[in-house]
Amino acid sequence: MSRKPYLRKMPKSWWLAQRRYTSYMAREMSCVFIGAYSVLIVLGLYRLSQGRAEYGAFLDALQSPPSLVFHAAALVFALIHTVSWFSLAPKAMPLQIGEKKLSGGPVVLAHYAVWVVVSAGVLLVARI
Amino acid sequence: MTEPTLQVEILRYRPETDQDPAFQTYTVPYRDDWVVLDALNHIKDNIDRTLSYRWSCHMAVCGSCGMMINGEPKLSCHAFLRDYYPNKIRVEPLNNFPIERDLVTVTDDFMEKLESVKPYVIPKQERAVDEGPHLQTPAQLNTFKQYTMCINCLLCYAACPQYGLTPDFVGPAALALAHRYNLDTRDAGREQRQEIAASNEGVWDCTFVGECSQVCPKSVDPAAAIQQTKIASTIDWYKALLNPWGKR
Repeated sequence: MSRKPYLRKMPKSWWLAQRRYTSYMAREMSCVFIGAYSVLIVLGLYRLSQGRAEYGAFLDALQSPPSLVFHAAALVFALIHTVSWFSLAPKAMPLQIGEKKLSGGPVVLAHYAVWVVVSAGVLLVARI
Repeated sequence: MTEPTLQVEILRYRPETDQDPAFQTYTVPYRDDWVVLDALNHIKDNIDRTLSYRWSCHMAVCGSCGMMINGEPKLSCHAFLRDYYPNKIRVEPLNNFPIERDLVTVTDDFMEKLESVKPYVIPKQERAVDEGPHLQTPAQLNTFKQYTMCINCLLCYAACPQYGLTPDFVGPAALALAHRYNLDTRDAGREQRQEIAASNEGVWDCTFVGECSQVCPKSVDPAAAIQQTKIASTIDWYKALLNPWGKR
């Protein structure tokens, strides 16, 4: 008897089928906002290079309602990205002492600690 | 007193008559110690002998009875009716694999990929029997023991959207087994496995959805194996870049 295997196509809405897929896509989407924010910072540097008045205009533009909405969205997606990656970090960095496998807690905590230290460093440099 | 019952909706596909698969609903007795596989066996034995599905051990060891149960890849011997009752249960063949018949899928693609990563110990040198066994400490064993638990049930492939979207992807179970042998102190075959594991279709097609590890019934954690292989392959790449004359 001849075979006739049937391949079901993956629906385009697969990422809505389950909450975990949707949160994965939110993590993937975060790169759009982080990329756009990086472009904004480069633009700011460019305006700074043009002079004080141009940079002032750039800073004023950042106060506009669309810009504030974009910043809020970028912040939310940056947090989604950071928290989800930090929670996944132990998978890439298994800890074992002797025979015993350790839990991923210390790896996650170390990531948050480095985040705090680096953020504090950036703030310190910004104040100088 | 009437016996409680439960409805089971099964995706049927009979290649000799059906153009497309379609759901068929059966009513089965509800027992709180029954799993979905018991319900399927009841249907096969008492209602419809034409229903096809794979199973063997009924105790989450053989890895044959993986199915989509209410949209989630699960071993049907591991999915209790009591977790769904009184709602209807929808049973489909595993996602991302062609359907051979009813709940039976075509798994040839996985078998070829599994073979391609050489999932066996490749010793540096053959050892004569009188030289004794390859010794390994419990600590050495524990670095890879979890990956030895894989039963090839393919729930991870059904859960992986990357495998669904990019069928060339070697996939979670095969890559976890490659990692398992790479970590084994008795093995010297990593370089051979890296040809597949470190290729685009290997670990680099994985975007770390992580769903493979969520659905794994044996806590193998293939996502961890893949991320660790990515790191090791990246280190290899930098070593080769910094020291092109060195041994890889």
